[in-house]
Amino acid sequence: MAKKTLVEANINGEVVEFLCEPRQSLLECLRDVLELTGSKEGCLTGDCGACSVLVDGRAVCSCLMLGVEAQGKNIRTVEGLADGTTLHPLQQKFLEHASLQCGICTPGFLMSATALLERNSNPTEAEVRYALAGNLCRCTGYDKIVRAVLDAAGSIRSGVKTSRAA
Amino acid sequence: MHAFNYEAPSTLADALKIMKAHGDKARPICGGTDLLIQMRAGVRQPDFIVDIKRIKEMRELKFNARTGLRLGAVVSCIDVAENAEMQRHYPGLTEAAHLIGSLQIQNRASVGGNLCNGSPAADTTPALIALRARGRIVGPRSEREVPVEEFVVSPGRTILKPGELLVQLMIPAPAPHSSDAYLRFIPRNEMDIAVVGVGASVTLNGDTIKAARIGLGAVAATPLFADKASESLIGKKLDEHALATAARLASEQASPIDDMRGTAEYRIHVTGVLTRRALTIATERARKH
Repeated sequence: MAKKTLVEANINGEVVEFLCEPRQSLLECLRDVLELTGSKEGCLTGDCGACSVLVDGRAVCSCLMLGVEAQGKNIRTVEGLADGTTLHPLQQKFLEHASLQCGICTPGFLMSATALLERNSNPTEAEVRYALAGNLCRCTGYDKIVRAVLDAAGSIRSGVKTSRAA
Repeated sequence: MHAFNYEAPSTLADALKIMKAHGDKARPICGGTDLLIQMRAGVRQPDFIVDIKRIKEMRELKFNARTGLRLGAVVSCIDVAENAEMQRHYPGLTEAAHLIGSLQIQNRASVGGNLCNGSPAADTTPALIALRARGRIVGPRSEREVPVEEFVVSPGRTILKPGELLVQLMIPAPAPHSSDAYLRFIPRNEMDIAVVGVGASVTLNGDTIKAARIGLGAVAATPLFADKASESLIGKKLDEHALATAARLASEQASPIDDMRGTAEYRIHVTGVLTRRALTIATERARKH
């Protein structure tokens, strides 16, 4: 077993230190070390997007990043989306539009959509679909997800309080 | 994944020292979007992973109208694709960078890493070939510059020797009235591997083609420079006859395999179709420059 390394990262707004082996992915570190189990393990090849988190504001597959590479990074997971008990507009709209079936893919979709809306608060449907192309839903619930993202974009633009500044 | 050691040096000198000390047991990591998958599958099992993302000269993206582009090997595909200067001067390369995997992948993967992974179907490599890109390779005692079309030697293998690193890609400044384009055919719109990829660059002198280069992906064991098709265009107008000749010569140079994405025969046909289309787009763009 290789020596464990101390990693310091800002996770969901909090500076966190954790120990990991170089071979542990960021996904494993989040789930197994930090007990943030919102990010889901799907394919482990970067195809399904279920493990998507934001690293310095960009959506990435946490299965394709080593935990040690998180050193000094700003990481956001689905656990950091809501503000206390106030849901993020995306979470709220996913509920209203019933944009989830089994729910395994949902955290990844939420994080990809967050990355999109923080860069572009007025996306077209095509832009939403493009931004979510790296997230697979095996229940094929895509339409409701796209509608929820477009609706959430509308409520963010109209100034509904969001949990987090962009 | 197997156990390995990891280091993230902040200078090229330190990275080279580590690479030299571990020889072929060391492997650089940039985005890791290919490497981690290969390591999980047991295809590669390096003892030492050298994270090169903190090295300054590898992070550079510098365009100069006279000397051209210096693209650091770790600059992410999204940073290439979204860069306004890149879109203006090398639109084909930005198209290729924007086609790799998903946004999640483009946010991590780099053009340099795409090249070093050595896939015959790499999207950015044919676009780089069209642009006459050269790779600056630095080793423990030496430094060399290699045309991109010579970089990949067989699927997954490159000319990099143990201890060597691709530091930058150098692309000449676009000549007046020139531009490029990249097209790829895949069974679905996003997230797939190229059946055929074609990069083309064209320089015009009035209506006549002064220079042209065509790069082909996914139709041979390595990305190819379609030299005969490229040369056939010089001094011609881009009319139906010139396009048909270039398409035929590009198809003749393709030697693809059959797989679930397409038969060899189909790939050869699509090579001609995409060559035609990429040349047409590059020429239309060149007229505006």
